[in-house]
Amino acid sequence: MAKGSNEVESKHLQRFHYTLDQAIEKPFNWKQMWRLLVYLKPYSKNYLPAAVIAMLISTAVRLIVPILIGKVAIDVAIADKDITMLTYLVIGIGVLYLLSYVGNVYRIKWVNILGQNVIYDIRQHLFSHIQRLSHRFFDSRSAGSILVRIMNDINSLQELFTNGIINLLMDVVTLVGIIVILFVLSPKLALAIMVILPLMFYLTTKLRRMIRRSWQSVRIQQSRMNSHLNEGLQGMRITQSFSQEAENGEYFHGVNTDNFNSWKDATKKSAMFRPFVEMSNAIGTIILIAYGSYLILVGVENGGIEIGDFVTFAFFIGMFWDPISRLGQMYNQMLMAMAASERIFEFLDERPNVKEQEGAHEFIDMIGDIEFDKVEFSYDQERIALHEISIHIQAGQTIALVGHTGSGKSTIANLISRFYDPTKGTVKIDGYDLKQVTLASLRSKISVVLQDTFIFSGTIMENIRFGNPNATNEEVIQAAKVVGADEFIQRLANGYETEVEERGNILSAGERQLLSFARALLANPSILILDEATASIDTETEVKIQEALGRLLKGRTAIIIAHRLSTIREADTIFVLEQGRVLESGSHEELMDKREEYFSLVKSQFQMLDAM
Amino acid sequence: MDTFKKLKQFFWPYKKYFLLSIFFLFFVTVITVVYPIILQQTIDIVVLADRYELIPYISAVFLLLMIIKGVATFYHQYLGDLFGITAVYKLRDELYNKLQKLSFKYYDNAKTGDIMSRLTADVEGFRFFLSFGFSELIRIVLLIVVSLSVMFYFSTPLALVTMAAMPFLGVVVYQFDKRVHPAFRKIRKSFGRLNTRVQENISGMNTVKSLSREDFEIGRFSNSNDNYRQNYLKTSYIWSKYFPLMEFIGNFCAIALLAYGGYLVVDGQLSIGALVAFFSLVWYIMGPLMNLGFVVNQFSQAKASAERLLEILEAKEDITEENTAINQRIEGSVTFDHVTLTYSKDDDSALKDISFDAPSGKVIGLIGSTGSGKTSITQLITRFYEPEKGEVRIDGRPVSDYQLKTLRKAIGFVLQEPFLFSTSIKANIAYGAPDVSEEQIIDAAKRAQAHDFIMKMPNGYETMLGERGMGLSGGQKQRIAIARAICINPSILVLDDATSAVDMETEFKIQQALKEVMKGRTSFIIAHRISSLKHADEILVLEDGEVIERGTHDFLVENQGTYQRIYNIQYRDREEIMKRQRA
Repeated sequence: MAKGSNEVESKHLQRFHYTLDQAIEKPFNWKQMWRLLVYLKPYSKNYLPAAVIAMLISTAVRLIVPILIGKVAIDVAIADKDITMLTYLVIGIGVLYLLSYVGNVYRIKWVNILGQNVIYDIRQHLFSHIQRLSHRFFDSRSAGSILVRIMNDINSLQELFTNGIINLLMDVVTLVGIIVILFVLSPKLALAIMVILPLMFYLTTKLRRMIRRSWQSVRIQQSRMNSHLNEGLQGMRITQSFSQEAENGEYFHGVNTDNFNSWKDATKKSAMFRPFVEMSNAIGTIILIAYGSYLILVGVENGGIEIGDFVTFAFFIGMFWDPISRLGQMYNQMLMAMAASERIFEFLDERPNVKEQEGAHEFIDMIGDIEFDKVEFSYDQERIALHEISIHIQAGQTIALVGHTGSGKSTIANLISRFYDPTKGTVKIDGYDLKQVTLASLRSKISVVLQDTFIFSGTIMENIRFGNPNATNEEVIQAAKVVGADEFIQRLANGYETEVEERGNILSAGERQLLSFARALLANPSILILDEATASIDTETEVKIQEALGRLLKGRTAIIIAHRLSTIREADTIFVLEQGRVLESGSHEELMDKREEYFSLVKSQFQMLDAM
Repeated sequence: MDTFKKLKQFFWPYKKYFLLSIFFLFFVTVITVVYPIILQQTIDIVVLADRYELIPYISAVFLLLMIIKGVATFYHQYLGDLFGITAVYKLRDELYNKLQKLSFKYYDNAKTGDIMSRLTADVEGFRFFLSFGFSELIRIVLLIVVSLSVMFYFSTPLALVTMAAMPFLGVVVYQFDKRVHPAFRKIRKSFGRLNTRVQENISGMNTVKSLSREDFEIGRFSNSNDNYRQNYLKTSYIWSKYFPLMEFIGNFCAIALLAYGGYLVVDGQLSIGALVAFFSLVWYIMGPLMNLGFVVNQFSQAKASAERLLEILEAKEDITEENTAINQRIEGSVTFDHVTLTYSKDDDSALKDISFDAPSGKVIGLIGSTGSGKTSITQLITRFYEPEKGEVRIDGRPVSDYQLKTLRKAIGFVLQEPFLFSTSIKANIAYGAPDVSEEQIIDAAKRAQAHDFIMKMPNGYETMLGERGMGLSGGQKQRIAIARAICINPSILVLDDATSAVDMETEFKIQQALKEVMKGRTSFIIAHRISSLKHADEILVLEDGEVIERGTHDFLVENQGTYQRIYNIQYRDREEIMKRQRA
């Protein structure tokens, strides 16, 4: 890494550390390539062959015309002063060009249709696959790293599938065509000129690789710089609060300098490429001039060539570089595609940890009777989260789960939604073992309201409708009214049509929570799970929410998880959990009278409050 | 051009790179055109006139020229690139420092994504134009002029016939560029939408799964995915319509050349060598012409980029330091004297005529619903905003009398959502005071009740926090944020809803820590929970930017007001417990 510039070394250059995805390319791997090519299969009977044929037509024209001009026009027509022949030739070439024009139009069209369809398919496949993956998958990865695979990694396959494959064919055909033609015209001259081929190959591979490496380091520097810019902007208020502007400025200057230096280095190397290429072309031309004119001097009868051959050679030398250069690029593209596809396939190979059985039961009407029968569960081998839990929640009941962090409250909720399968025992709803019902029908009857609700960018109306995409505007408004959200929505500038987004500050935490209640109500679930739903809300709003909650829970089985005990006193049954076991259960009154675990839990909370 | 003039300070000091680059470009262009001439000479003079003894000379001249050209090409490209990257190097530093000076008011209305795209895409657009665009324009003009001159020198009528199709090419190129650029913009936009769609889906995955809306999401995604495909294909159709046409026009010129040139050769008016040279020259003109539209478009895009960059560079810094600002130790007494604050003209005032006095070392509690103005009060103390009316004083002096650094170094902030940076835990705690010793860092962590859990981490204080401090629980992050605030040893401490997002036990721990920390400092506690602020020396109950009640906890709890109502809700179970315990 290049060191900071000539100025005084700052001690803040190591202030921040960003993890960067370094593997931009990977060695070629046939198995993986094959797996990628399978995505071409749906198009192997239409766009793929059509594009290849169109490509062959225009390539053939490109190869034939120089011969016609050199061998026929110059050597025969012009040399013999045959104007008629020249006219025919001109018309002939005109027709060929027209053919090539048509070929090109369709090649570009079909190649893009092919490429875009494949990219669409891969992206759709990956996205749909990811939707089905379990919580565990998302727990262990940042949103950014998943996003990069769906967007950037797939995009880096775009070139390969659009132009790459067809160009590869085209370039091979062109190159082989040129070599064959040159050898037919004059094996001697062809052989002499072919000495530049190794030079060209060397340039395309070695020099290019060196250049590519230096650009990679530019990209790494840039992504470091961008990571810092992004974080710096998001944390700007903290930076200003702690008046760290100057220190951060020094850090950024360091990053910026590293970026500048690596860029300068890459530019220098890149600038060498063209001169070298042109030099190798020039050597070819000099061979042509020297040896070519000597062969003309020798004469055709003595194994020499005609002027037309010379001209044709001159044309083809000019055409040589392009395909070789593109083949070199193609190779680079392949290596990048390898890295990208490896990351894509890694996700595609992830299996959801809950599977649907064949012929699974489909819930049409769920009553909401939940039964845990000796359920044991552990997230990993070492720690058991639930020990032989047996509870029965009758349809329509509201139950509460209380306990310290890690007591297993959320695990119970996750098992009801079947985000995980129990390690032992069974969870049943309406008497059906959850392993024997379809996931979609199960989850569509269960709504979970979380502590942090996500607001999608769009209108308030669309955000509530997320709970049930088929709901009419009236139904949405009705749901908002029931949970008490209508009031604040009406006060917004555009009412239900107000545009909101996750990071926007239009909605307060309490208002967001009311929206999520409306969403849940609209989904009309049989079972409702409130997971710390009211934790970060001010008291006045919480009172409103408690009222809304009463209307929301009506006629549904409800499971409320809460740290703060004040929110659960109305529950039919309260389960006190500790380290994966149920210590006691009963109504608030019963448990308070018992003066055991629940009572001491409540008491300790107030002791804490008093002590604060 | 005015836009570029305003940015002149960033590129003009490096003009020598640019001018040298153009100097070398001149050689490159002239020598490029020499190639067909050599070909012509070889054919006409050597081959047809049988003067083969000239071959070594021709070869030597050609080789020499190509070497010169190689060197010139290198310097032309390298210096041109250097011009651009040096300019944006300076520009980036300037942008970064500017952004750090802009006030909260600026960030209230700015989106991170938008600023980011200016700092990346627009800076890149500007660089590309400086490095490449401008000199490319010169190159194209130069190449066309020189090639045309050579053609006219060889044969005026043939040059005219060959170039007859040029206006058509001009029209096609113009049409193509007019269509293709908006289409590209649509692709980018559509890609942006697809990106947002996926990003929201992943960030909101818990919500998606909790309402089992996966199929709905897949449906929405495939709409965006298809939209991107369609936009891409539309662009490629434009491409497929015009690009082969351009090539065809070029080829048409070649046919015209063959027909008329062949006739001229047969007629003896033109040498074969000249005819062959023409075939190369045609493409020296056609090629650049096809690119002209692209370059012109680069120019207008660079202009737009430059304007967006200027918007940042010229944004008003509304919180500035007077020259006479002082640097003096702050004891920490805070006075609000009839303060009114309005964020923007269209909004209601966030604070209305607020007055209070917080003597040094006292604790002030602020309670009230969201939007009542609690946070605004604390942001005026640090001078993140300026009051519309009235005055905020610290130690008897208006806050604007102090240097910003002096003022802010004296105030420790803990926010509801702790923002941690991508660096070690140690560096995060020392964020506000990078020079503190290891002992001081550990001491701050201990006082924030963070030391124990930090020591349990595999790398202790050296543990790296990634993307927004992932891997830590909310309570842990909050305790690090508290340690960070303590570490600067502030005279004034602001706790803005610091404990609402953590569970009860953690809150208890944090509150214990805070009690210790607040000793000897003027503290402002914003909270929903009465338990968090009942020990305050004065509690202000806020509603819609006004103080509706004030006093100690003991007074307020009997005052029959909002405070009492909140108290009753939060403590209703308490009575019951007392009762049962007595029983």
